[in-house]
Amino acid sequence: MLLKLAIKNILGAGLRSWLSAFVISLSLVVVVWNQGILIGFDRQSSKDMVDAEYGGGQVWHPAYDPLDPLALDAAHGPVPDALENLIGEGQATAILVAQASIYPNGRIRTVVLKGIDPDQKTVVIPSSSLAGGGDEEIPVLVGSRMAKATGLNQGDSVTIRWREPGGSFNALDGRIAALMTTTVPTVDMNILWLPLDKLRAMTRLEGEATYVIVSPAVAPPSGVENWVFKSQDDLLRDIRQLYKTKSIGRNIMFVLLLSLGMLAVFDTQVLSIFRRRKEMGTLMALGFTRGMVIRLFTLEGTLHGVLAAALAAVYGLPLLFYVKKTGFAIPQNWEGFGFALGDKIFPVYGAGLIFGTTAIVLAVTAVVSFLPTRKIAKLKATDALRGRFS
Amino acid sequence: MENGTLIRTEKLVKIYPLGHTQVRALNGVDLTVGRGEFAGLVGPSGSGKTTLLNIVGSLDAPTEGSAEVLGHRVETLSPREAAALRSRHIGFIFQTFNLLPVYTAYENVEFALLLLGLSAAERKRAVWDALEWVGLTDRARSKPSQLSGGESQRVAIARAMVKRPELVLADEPTANLDAVNSHHILDTMEKLNKELGTTFLFATHDQKVIDHIRRTIVLVDGKVARDEPGPARA
Repeated sequence: MLLKLAIKNILGAGLRSWLSAFVISLSLVVVVWNQGILIGFDRQSSKDMVDAEYGGGQVWHPAYDPLDPLALDAAHGPVPDALENLIGEGQATAILVAQASIYPNGRIRTVVLKGIDPDQKTVVIPSSSLAGGGDEEIPVLVGSRMAKATGLNQGDSVTIRWREPGGSFNALDGRIAALMTTTVPTVDMNILWLPLDKLRAMTRLEGEATYVIVSPAVAPPSGVENWVFKSQDDLLRDIRQLYKTKSIGRNIMFVLLLSLGMLAVFDTQVLSIFRRRKEMGTLMALGFTRGMVIRLFTLEGTLHGVLAAALAAVYGLPLLFYVKKTGFAIPQNWEGFGFALGDKIFPVYGAGLIFGTTAIVLAVTAVVSFLPTRKIAKLKATDALRGRFS
Repeated sequence: MENGTLIRTEKLVKIYPLGHTQVRALNGVDLTVGRGEFAGLVGPSGSGKTTLLNIVGSLDAPTEGSAEVLGHRVETLSPREAAALRSRHIGFIFQTFNLLPVYTAYENVEFALLLLGLSAAERKRAVWDALEWVGLTDRARSKPSQLSGGESQRVAIARAMVKRPELVLADEPTANLDAVNSHHILDTMEKLNKELGTTFLFATHDQKVIDHIRRTIVLVDGKVARDEPGPARA
């Protein structure tokens, strides 16, 4: 009975109810939209980085620090036997890292050379294109961003200059064997992928590597001596941190939007209770207790949330699923953050996200609806019938 | 309470705080109203008519004295018991009709039955009967905003009568109506009083009502000044 009356009352209130419901629905849709994009970003980015760069984890030479280019000269050593065995079994692949300069189109550019086994299957990089090649010209694999930045195309030659262990410089021509399209900037920008054997020969570091990528099946590997195992979680920490930071921003936005919606509900409730004192008195005269009147008004306020959820379903769900299908275009400057992002993010809108957010909105709406009704607890029927508060 | 007595008040006092002072709205009212009466509390503004009606209707409690209504001592009722007494046994008619604005006439009348736990079929039958008593079956689907003052008050009467209460309390029921509608309303209530045996107690200073009532209880300064059968004499 209370529900029926509450529904009648909020629908009878017309535009006021719809306005409150619309504001709440807007916050609901925007929150789900944002959260879906962040989840999509996290999943897409993590998956691409794991596929192309991290595998099941990496085992680093103790001196290796990807953020310290000055330490790179010393960050290599013989691959521990346990890791060699895994490489032999196809469960891992060694990467040797060296610094170099290239001269595309007459300009100098500092790059990182990464040697990788052309036959490896541990990470999703088209390393097989590095197979073959003569002594005079080294096959080189570059990403599409790097190709765009340097103006290099498949089949082009580029001079590579590197410092040998003795300190003298050496140079060879490399031939762009293939361009790879990847969403992962850290395997693309300023990276030249070379066959591991070639790079080892160029740098006279036979049998050595800077780090070894292992497949998920053997992570964490044992017997790695003093090399340091970095799990997927370690390697994804930065992106998770970014996700967390974005989540905090998203939560603040959620609270702001929800506050706006709740302000509308609170305002509607206060106004409704003020305007409908006589109606409350009538309800009491007809046999309602104060508790029933409080429940009725709380229910009415809460129904704004339900109305908002229905409204959000009408215009929000089609919008969200359209974006889910077509993707959300990412601005180009995102590349500078070093995280794997495609041209588009495909948001993930799970049932948990949608129903969870809706439940939060409904719960907060119920609380906000209840707060103004506490005034009714002190209301005397005789005063209410005269349109007064006690 | 003897058979046939519906309301009995003894030394009923109601004091309201007003700022730093107190207003004695009722000042020792002794009153007995029997079943089937068509009686009116008559007096000038501030004489305590509405206060007495509210206490009898268990909407308010006395400060001193006792009020027994349908065998229930109003001053000892809990809010829940008072609400139950009102929902089952007492109908109210107000000066400003007090219809629920989002409901149709039919739904307003039906509303009084919702708390009684009747089936939908029972409610439907009772509501149509009540609308027929007041001659408004053709306006059942109209909302209060679409009804005239007279029609609205007739819906309010139907709402008060639909549960067949033993007592109907009417506070200035004709104050917002013209003479024709007032007479129509009063005729309707008189008919229901006779046909259903419902007790009517009015609070009024409207001569049109006074001309219809069969017992006049004149209140002056919160006390019963006169209690006599028939319309009050000036």
